[in-house]
Amino acid sequence: MTMFLITAVTVLIFLVIFQIAKASEYVAILKGEERSRKENNKINGFLMVVFLVLGLFGVWYCNKLLFNKTLLAHDSASVEGARVDSMLWITLAVTGIVFIATQILLFWFSYKYQESETRKAHFFAHSTKLELIWTIIPAITLTVLVVIGLRNWFLFTGEPPKNAMVVEVTGKQFGWIFRYPGKDATFGKKYYKQIDNASNSLGLIWDDQLSHDDLVMEQTMYLIKGRPVKLVIGSRDVVHDVGLPHFRMKMDAVPGIPTTLWFTPKYTTKEMKEITGNQDFQYEISCDQMCGNGHYSMKGVIEVLDQEEYDAKMAGMKPYYYSAFPDKDPSNVKPAADAAASKIIAKL
Amino acid sequence: MSNEAVLHAPAAAGSLDHGHGEHHEHHHHETFISKYVFSMDHKMIAKQFLITGMVWAVLGGLMSVLFRLQLGYPDSTFPWLEDLLGKWAAGGKISPEAYYALVTTHGTVLVFFVLTAGLSGTFSNFLIPLQIGARDMASPFMNMLSYWFFFAASIVMLSSMFVETGPFSGGWTAYPPLSALGDASPGSKTGMDLWIIAMALFVVSQLLAGLNYISTILNMRTKGMSMTRIPLTMWALFFTAVLGVLSFPVLLSGFILLIFDRNFGTSFYLSDIFINGVGALPNEGGSAILYQHLFWFLGHPEVYIILLPAMGIASEVMSVNARKPIFGYMAMVASMFSIAILAFLVWAHHMFVTGLNPFLGSVFVLLTLLIAVPSAIKVFNWLTTLWRGNIRFTPGMLFAIGFVSLFISGGLTGIWLGNSALDIHLHDTYFVIAHFHIVMGVASMFGMFAGIYHWFPKMYGRFMNNTLAYIHFWVTLAGAYMIFWPMHYQGLAGMPRRYYDYSVWESFKQFAELNQFISLVAMIVFAIQILFLFNFFYSIFKGRKVTTENPWGSNSLEWTTPINPGHGNWVGEIPEVHRWPYDYGKDGKDHIPQTTPIGADESHH
Repeated sequence: MTMFLITAVTVLIFLVIFQIAKASEYVAILKGEERSRKENNKINGFLMVVFLVLGLFGVWYCNKLLFNKTLLAHDSASVEGARVDSMLWITLAVTGIVFIATQILLFWFSYKYQESETRKAHFFAHSTKLELIWTIIPAITLTVLVVIGLRNWFLFTGEPPKNAMVVEVTGKQFGWIFRYPGKDATFGKKYYKQIDNASNSLGLIWDDQLSHDDLVMEQTMYLIKGRPVKLVIGSRDVVHDVGLPHFRMKMDAVPGIPTTLWFTPKYTTKEMKEITGNQDFQYEISCDQMCGNGHYSMKGVIEVLDQEEYDAKMAGMKPYYYSAFPDKDPSNVKPAADAAASKIIAKL
Repeated sequence: MSNEAVLHAPAAAGSLDHGHGEHHEHHHHETFISKYVFSMDHKMIAKQFLITGMVWAVLGGLMSVLFRLQLGYPDSTFPWLEDLLGKWAAGGKISPEAYYALVTTHGTVLVFFVLTAGLSGTFSNFLIPLQIGARDMASPFMNMLSYWFFFAASIVMLSSMFVETGPFSGGWTAYPPLSALGDASPGSKTGMDLWIIAMALFVVSQLLAGLNYISTILNMRTKGMSMTRIPLTMWALFFTAVLGVLSFPVLLSGFILLIFDRNFGTSFYLSDIFINGVGALPNEGGSAILYQHLFWFLGHPEVYIILLPAMGIASEVMSVNARKPIFGYMAMVASMFSIAILAFLVWAHHMFVTGLNPFLGSVFVLLTLLIAVPSAIKVFNWLTTLWRGNIRFTPGMLFAIGFVSLFISGGLTGIWLGNSALDIHLHDTYFVIAHFHIVMGVASMFGMFAGIYHWFPKMYGRFMNNTLAYIHFWVTLAGAYMIFWPMHYQGLAGMPRRYYDYSVWESFKQFAELNQFISLVAMIVFAIQILFLFNFFYSIFKGRKVTTENPWGSNSLEWTTPINPGHGNWVGEIPEVHRWPYDYGKDGKDHIPQTTPIGADESHH
């Protein structure tokens, strides 16, 4: 019913507009086409200024409404992200000035130089001097932006600091798997054909001793405040993307080609709750590359902890090896021994 | 006097003239089929491209309205949607699958079928012979084929909407492995086969068209029409055709490898893949990134294939209606030339976060930001063209001014995204959506509208209704900004593209109201485009008749043809050209057509 009403109203509005438009054409012809054309010209010229003023007001109002909903309302959550923010502000200043200046010129010229009987168009076909000015000034400005940008780019894509911890992130439809190298600080080998959803989600090769202490977890990744972290990123199926908006970082997860990304978390999750004033705050990992019908739900969480909290958390984790082979788990050994013993007894 | 009589009274003289012209032009009998269907007249082919493009624009626009419904009202159900989409909107709510299919098809259709075929297809066909002074294209038959390949592509694409597993739903860029593996997404089954076939047919259409445009512009200019005397529309369409001819084959090669991976067990793009429910695939050693290189080697020039015609049209329309020469003709040509060259050297800026070599990335940053220089030159030249002009706000002119405004707004955010360190943060967020919709989508649509309003009198011998055009312009301009401007803020919140629902995300759910607002405006803007279409088709039959050959007081050659030119364009000899097309307001004269010989006492510019 509402649908019908909306359609009916729309059609009605169309009819009214159409009738007005048609009538105005008749009026124009009766009044003299040239005269009504000139009247319309004045109206459109005036609207140019109206649009400029309302538009600039709209830009301001939009900013007022929405600025606090963006990430810029708070500090970046990573040390490197602060550089992204400062670069962003510089770029905004440069492009903002150009935006406002050129839009004002565009609509103001349109208004000011609208057709008038008292004016003749000024024949002005070219000026090498002007062309040079607006070739060179943008070129210099852009050079500055490129220099700032590339310095950051080489920092972000370069080697992480020596003390960086390493976490492996693997995307799959539709979730994230995290792997920590464990006590030996080295990842065990893996091969995708070993993947078994139930017991070996990453395809770790158990013959490789290095894999035996690797920790594998889903959903939440734990990081330490102030300690750089290098993510080694991969995918199990299609292309995904590790999106870390609060840290201002992002990297694709490509099957068969590992990628890396590093940053230094600056605030714990708890601190961010206070900074943002949002008790439900969490660092979310969003998948930023179209990966299938569940793309929008491919969410991971990063929890940034103090060193002590982190150590406590990790102490409670069991290597993945033990969930694949529960009988090898030291904490299961005793009952297993008991079972063996009881078997022997039974044989006797 | 009846209304109809009032409307058409001044046309009497014109129609006499028109009848006279037609008598001389047609020596052979034309059937309905040869005139309207398998026509070899470039003007008719242009109209075919335009109207097919319009059909796709309506479909593509409607798709965006549908998925905006989901984004704006994620908690509501619309029972009529189920009537329309069936199982894809069970219970009146669009399913994720349908949502992604809509997003994907919207993108593909708008980029290729509307803004490539509909824009450059229409205006290259219509304007090239008319503005350079030729009777038709170099190969009218190839020209006809190019339309019918496009038509075939359209039919195949349309048919993909009706397959059981749905149309392709992996995004218009169709990145493998998602697009290669039917098991990873139902849309990548039959829907993707049809998508690739449609796109392959489309590439063939573009190559046939592009080769024709290039050879026509290079070889068939009338006497005196040197390359420095062709209007800027010609330069723009020439560069567009060159871009298309050089880059579409690369896309096709990428698609062919994809077809092999999909159907013949090769591993060009596939490696180390484990699919839930299927297990590990045998493919090893392929690179998913290879496809992205091949795709963006077309994909980036494609942006300029879309934008350059709009730039050319805006330049021409602006000069005519400012009654002033376009400022810096040679600088305009040079900047389009450098844009065309640079277009081939920046593709990897779409791939900054794929893990590409940082040094390579830095080269692409440099080349990408370099494009801002010719773009800036163009903007300042347009502004100077308006400066001290005597501006007539015809509908075409309004859209040309709107084009410049949008090009500035969208172009400037390109400086953000082209700088890789900033792109890491903004990549694949709504900031990108805002950027390319403004600069490539809406701006090019504005160029297209400017062209349609400006050359409608030449196409159909009638005018479109001005009042409707003014409403169309102001609502569309304001609406486009209201839709896309706030999206920058969503992008600055890190909100990713192509999400079906944001409500479970703590970081992105704060924009629910804004999304509703954007969806509402999108619907209004879509409705206004229907008004435009109504104006277009109504005016073909009932518009005010054009009574003079040159209603805009324009210098270029197309306005020296009869009001309703037949196949062959000019009655008798093709006129000779003596000057460039931008002598407006020179030596106290309002305009001096290109066919006027240089006077003895004329000043040099």
